[in-house]
Amino acid sequence: MTTTQELTLKTEPFILNIGPMHPSTHGVFRMRATLDGEVVTDIEPVFGYLHRGIEKLAEERTYTGIIPFTDRLDYLSPMSNNLGYCLAVEKLAGVKVPERGEYIRIITAELQRLANHCVAIGAMFNDAGAYFTPFLYMFRNREKIYDLFDMLCGQRVTYNYMRIGGVSQDLPEEFLPAVAKFLPQLKKFLDEYEFFVKQNEVFVARSKGVGILSKELAINCGISGPVARASGIKHDLRRDDPYSIYDRFEFDIPTAENGDCFDRFYVRVQEMRQSVRILEQAIKQVPDGPFRANVPQVIHPPAGESYAHIESPKGELGYYIVSDGSIAPYRFHIRPTSLINLGALRNMVRGWKVADLIFIFGSIDITMGEVDR
Amino acid sequence: MKFENFGLGIVKGLSVAIQYVWRHALVTQYPEQRLNISRRSRGNELVWSRERCTGCATCAKACPQGVIEIVTATDMTENKYKVETYRVDTGYCIQCGLCVEACPYDALFMGYSYERAKYRRAELVQTNDELLESPQRPVSGYFHPDIAKKLPKQTLLIEKIVEKRK
Repeated sequence: MTTTQELTLKTEPFILNIGPMHPSTHGVFRMRATLDGEVVTDIEPVFGYLHRGIEKLAEERTYTGIIPFTDRLDYLSPMSNNLGYCLAVEKLAGVKVPERGEYIRIITAELQRLANHCVAIGAMFNDAGAYFTPFLYMFRNREKIYDLFDMLCGQRVTYNYMRIGGVSQDLPEEFLPAVAKFLPQLKKFLDEYEFFVKQNEVFVARSKGVGILSKELAINCGISGPVARASGIKHDLRRDDPYSIYDRFEFDIPTAENGDCFDRFYVRVQEMRQSVRILEQAIKQVPDGPFRANVPQVIHPPAGESYAHIESPKGELGYYIVSDGSIAPYRFHIRPTSLINLGALRNMVRGWKVADLIFIFGSIDITMGEVDR
Repeated sequence: MKFENFGLGIVKGLSVAIQYVWRHALVTQYPEQRLNISRRSRGNELVWSRERCTGCATCAKACPQGVIEIVTATDMTENKYKVETYRVDTGYCIQCGLCVEACPYDALFMGYSYERAKYRRAELVQTNDELLESPQRPVSGYFHPDIAKKLPKQTLLIEKIVEKRK
């Protein structure tokens, strides 16, 4: 009698709050997860803990004065943010960037992609439970890239390096030899990293077939970047809509088919190899000449609107600017990659355990500075 | 769940870990050992030159945060503005360097110093003489290539840097 009573006990879903202050949420992200036992049936993301109102603040700043704010959007890849914003303003004001400036931009943007993927892969292993060893192996190499950026612009995180019409300062003499010295080290490291991680039984068991994002869902949710390419969508703005001088370099777009966590890891590793390939071509071709067009610090672009998008390390990053002819934009809007990539999270985690929820979330690679803006 | 090659991954991981025993360390024991910072370092203070400043307030206009405050007065004996107050609220400064870039008279520099934490919020607001160059407030080569050449070369992690601790 008692056993039947136990079996017919009324159960109800358990709501677990994860975040905003939680070490595995990559910032101040909060999830309200509905659990059935240990299985996640639904999650509800809650945003806004890092909202600084950058879009509104930008309406009171000069066009050059907004560049430091774009550093603080995606603080793991500020160079790419700078590049996207400067492209949008240049499109609006009709500024042409000198050849050397374009090459410096490509070199810094690709180094930034390497640095960002170092964090993305390392943090993903952290979420999988490989506590800090693969993370620090990656950070060791990210630190080398940050050293190069420090030499270039004087700070390690908020670079504020690109300007409307070029870059702020010329390359130091020792920069290009240092990059040339770094790239073989990184290639050797990537071989080694893949060697000990790719066939690790624990990692493969945790990641293969986990958190599958189907191709249809990825397209419907507007997913871009490595997450989309892992699901089999061969979409890369560097190839599909070449901005700056990306049409001059040879590189492949790595894709995978399954769309699980392992593919998202492996696509990122292959993308790092392609970035190294672009860098190797770029540092040989850097021409002499001016690095910055003659653009004053306060510009008055003609009234109108412009939209520029780039392939940031996390995906498609767009800037939309409306000008009314004054020194500040009338409207400034950002298409954040991280926020839109989060859109598919609810469908990806349904049916998985809580530990997998953390891992799947980590494999998307988001930055809260960009989600909340 | 298939476990092909079970054990191989762990052996590979351990082999990499053992290799790291013989590699040189990348960390330094900070207060005893110090690395040279970047020549273009944007340290946490601004350095101001009273002689060169004309009080044009281009820096104040370029500042995205609006932390630079300048009060000028006309000096009848000389044909120039006299700068009465030059005040920077370092607590609000984001060290973007746009003011240094904007200055047409090379009167403003980023600082090369670090370890300049203060105990009180009010000490971060620096006025006139507190902003001048001094041994505690050296000048960085940010946007001043001639100064950058004189500063020591930055230590890079891609080179072998760490000396044996004494």
